[in-house]
Amino acid sequence: MAEAHLTASSGARAPSWTWTPNRIRLVTVIAAIALWEAMSRSGLFYRDVMPSTLSILMAVYAELTSMAFYGHLWMTFSAVAVGFVVGSLLGNAAAIVLGSRPFLRAAAEPYINAIGSTPKVIFLPIIFLIFGIGIESKMAKGALSGFFPTVFSATAGVLMMNPVLVRVGRSFNLTRWQMLSKIYLPAMVNPIIVGLRLGLAIVIISVLIAELKFSQAGLGFQLAQYYESFRIAPMYAMIVIIFALAALANWGMTMLQQRANRHLSAGDRKAAVGGLSVN
Amino acid sequence: MTAIAQTIARPWTSPTLGGITVVVALAAILQLSIDAGLVPDIVVARPLDALAAIGPLNRDMDLVGNFFLTFGMTFAAVALAIAIGVPLGYLLYRYDILGQAYESWLAAAFSAPIVLLYPLFLVIIGRSHLTLVAMAFIPCVIPIIIQTRQGLLSTPPTHINVGRSFNLSERDMFWKIMLPAAVPSMFTGMRIGVMYALVTIVAIEYLIDFGGLGRIVSEMYFRFDIPGTYASILFVVFVSILFYASLNRIEKWLRPI
Repeated sequence: MAEAHLTASSGARAPSWTWTPNRIRLVTVIAAIALWEAMSRSGLFYRDVMPSTLSILMAVYAELTSMAFYGHLWMTFSAVAVGFVVGSLLGNAAAIVLGSRPFLRAAAEPYINAIGSTPKVIFLPIIFLIFGIGIESKMAKGALSGFFPTVFSATAGVLMMNPVLVRVGRSFNLTRWQMLSKIYLPAMVNPIIVGLRLGLAIVIISVLIAELKFSQAGLGFQLAQYYESFRIAPMYAMIVIIFALAALANWGMTMLQQRANRHLSAGDRKAAVGGLSVN
Repeated sequence: MTAIAQTIARPWTSPTLGGITVVVALAAILQLSIDAGLVPDIVVARPLDALAAIGPLNRDMDLVGNFFLTFGMTFAAVALAIAIGVPLGYLLYRYDILGQAYESWLAAAFSAPIVLLYPLFLVIIGRSHLTLVAMAFIPCVIPIIIQTRQGLLSTPPTHINVGRSFNLSERDMFWKIMLPAAVPSMFTGMRIGVMYALVTIVAIEYLIDFGGLGRIVSEMYFRFDIPGTYASILFVVFVSILFYASLNRIEKWLRPI
């Protein structure tokens, strides 16, 4: 009471408790768990459709301690890794070619935009016909999906490059390889990393989707299996684990980006983060 | 002679003609390779067969009707996302502490594999069009909320000062100054949202064999109708291009500079 009086009488003093973003987040998490628990116990849904948070947590634990889980994780990880490396290498190489040759860019851009804006999942039948339904098809789908964000971001990077840098390189009679390693790549670090960050997120989604249907292994396959056999708590557990792993990968790429941009001013760093982009 | 030389050289002076020439040439090479047995026709359809399959596909599978089904669900998801996303974006702008708390979460959710939540929606809502609309709503609403907040936050201070000098009420300030200034940014969010809604709906249609265009691709593959599979994929690509080009045109019209 005395404390409340003190706070009220000394107007300049900050109140003892205020809402901060972190407190709001904490309250939101607690409210979401409480809401889920209430819905789970309400009887509004069929039994088992919304299991309690405790049973989901136990299913997460069971999943993380089973050997089979790590087998599926390894399959997904391999497909994501190969898809990401192949897709981003091709994407960045194509970006340098397209960015430095206006005619080629003008000719190819409509087709790249067209396929870039198409849901890649519909190419799965073609990928299955070419690569079969094994892990190779998941890698190929990952590479196809990873190609577009990297090519879009890195092409924009080449176009926004300071032309003086290119002229300096030419005036030193640099070879094509020297132009690439000494001029283009150092100047494009940020757009390349933005493309890689967006690309990795899309490759992960893409591989997991490819594993849902006509598949034999992987986290997506396991999720679909749980759904089809109506094992709901493990299904939710798998969703929680997949989302946590995807968030971890995204966080890792964001850290990498911040490290690459540490020499920029605060404002430039914010601008360099790269926003939402469907392409 | 000069005229012939000019005709031959023309594709290499116009990028558009050059691009079309390369695509036609690649299709012709593919057609010849399949005819020569270099590429098996059970893996790749002859380009001419795929084009010819569009007519029968339309008769058998009602391509146009299914296009409108996918379009209708995309439209419903987008309409719902605008109706909810714009007020939420305003709320996050008006109460900055909420904006600071939730914006990074929204951005993280946007790069999360939301499509994988479909079993959850199937379990809760059931296998219906509503599931597709609800699933498409999530990736559609996120960019709308973020871009609405960003658009309102980046209203030029000069515009706000002009409003103040006219003694505008808070309500008029919003409708006459803030909202018009935020429209281009909001539309960018809507463009991204529409494309994500379409991608999500087609993906889930394909995955659960239900709904419009995605289901047709899945069914054609299941029947092992190779030209039909390629024709249906070509049609989905065509629809995506149509969406993408129309949205870009509207965005350019809204953002003339």
